[in-house]
Amino acid sequence: MLIGSVRARLERLGGTVTSAIWRLGFASRFLFYLCLHSGTALRRFRLTVAQIYFAGVLSLVIILVSGLFVGMVLALQGYETLQRFGASESLGVLVALSLVRELGPVVAGLLFASRAGSAITAEIGLMKATEQISAMEMMAVDPIARVVAPRFWGGVISMPLLAALFSAAGIFGGYLVGVQLIGVDAGAFWSQMQAAVDWSNDILNGVLKSVVFGVAVTWISVFEGYDAPPTAEGVSRATTRTVVTSSLAILALDFVLTALMFTGGNH
Amino acid sequence: MPQSSLASQVSSIVEIRNVSFGYDPARPVLQDISLSIPRGSVVGIMGQSGCGKTTTLRIIMGAYRPIAGSATVLGHDVATLDTAGLYAMRRKMGMLFQFGALFTDMSVFENVAFPLREHLGLPEELVQDLVMMKLHAVGLRGAAHLMPTELSGGMARRVALARSIALDPQLILYDEPFTGLDPISFGVIVRLIRELNDSLGATSVIVTHDVQEALDVVDYVWFMAGGKVIAQGTPDEIRSSNEPFVNQFVNGKLEGPVPFHYPAPPYDADLELAAS
Repeated sequence: MLIGSVRARLERLGGTVTSAIWRLGFASRFLFYLCLHSGTALRRFRLTVAQIYFAGVLSLVIILVSGLFVGMVLALQGYETLQRFGASESLGVLVALSLVRELGPVVAGLLFASRAGSAITAEIGLMKATEQISAMEMMAVDPIARVVAPRFWGGVISMPLLAALFSAAGIFGGYLVGVQLIGVDAGAFWSQMQAAVDWSNDILNGVLKSVVFGVAVTWISVFEGYDAPPTAEGVSRATTRTVVTSSLAILALDFVLTALMFTGGNH
Repeated sequence: MPQSSLASQVSSIVEIRNVSFGYDPARPVLQDISLSIPRGSVVGIMGQSGCGKTTTLRIIMGAYRPIAGSATVLGHDVATLDTAGLYAMRRKMGMLFQFGALFTDMSVFENVAFPLREHLGLPEELVQDLVMMKLHAVGLRGAAHLMPTELSGGMARRVALARSIALDPQLILYDEPFTGLDPISFGVIVRLIRELNDSLGATSVIVTHDVQEALDVVDYVWFMAGGKVIAQGTPDEIRSSNEPFVNQFVNGKLEGPVPFHYPAPPYDADLELAAS
């Protein structure tokens, strides 16, 4: 009896693992095919520009407002800690490094997954459910090239720009609270930031993170949409999966990238 | 006109020979289907839901490959075509989906212009003229600026029809074109199918279970049940058919080979009457 129960559980576990690996393989093939058929998206760049507007420009409000508040909170919390050590003039450094290295790419990535990633999945899923994808195939138009690839590249291009704007808004929020509200010296705030933030180690690494997150989130979004069962429930589940998987992927990739970038004596 | 004499006069545009298809070989969806569709005709494939008629349509458009037999469409054996070959063949075909399948992020004009822009690379002035001609043909030139969400079901179907004939196809496929239409829209679509087919010199295949109305427009009909062709003939032959299934289907009879009740255990047992 016990052996039977253990065996059934192991079989279920094996089935889940096999299914997850199969799905990862399928998603990888999908990405390969997507890159192979990206010619249309890059040649007719207005298709990609339309998606940059959809995924990027329409996400600006949430990104800028969130960045502003995150920077303001960072300044408040940072000032409380720094002043104990008489280092309150390093507030600019603390805000800027936190944002460009970590919070900018990660929080912008999470917001991007929730706002744009879910919308991409839902749109492609609904196109499939309402036979728009089939109609395109019947018109001898490859939906991967015409629908999926522009959305993928639109997301990949938008994400680093959004992360940069998030960091910029955050630094401005930190300035408002630190300098204008608390009274930290403006010269010290900016000059220490300028001296301590390194172009390649901090800013470029942050940009690289946001590019990786952009690829991961948009890949997950387009794949989930294209693979969604063509029903209301199927699209709903796919949209949820996009947000959950993208968020976990961002956090896991952030750990790996941070370990690679900022260890081994770099800083 | 009998199909054999139709076929003998003009070459077939679709030739399906002993086709079988199924996702699971043990449970075939299509079994040994054969049909030959002559050029220039309007034909119907009719039958109950789930009888295999839409699968037959998907075989014709190359979405499914037969597991046995051959399907020759526009001179190509669809099973041997690669993606490029399939797309080349589909450029000569148009398809009207059950609910139109219009692109919801594009206006009516953009929807009809879509295949022209994707395939022909024409100057914008010419695209404008062609789109307006197609929309005029379906009576919706004045709706060019509307979005699909602003259209009624019948209008959406007509826009989809205009889009499907944008490239002047040789073969037009209709998947349940009458579903959910009011009587006026119904009549309009029936008339358009016939008129567009004749004016374009195309061939039309209608898959439907709206049998009475479809019989008014088609030249020849295949009746399917359980994945097989069980009857075929001209509309008059079908109307007067003594084949029990066709008779039940055409006349909408409650009793016949298709039972009213889904197979179930005895009624008494379900109500637990035997125990009392």
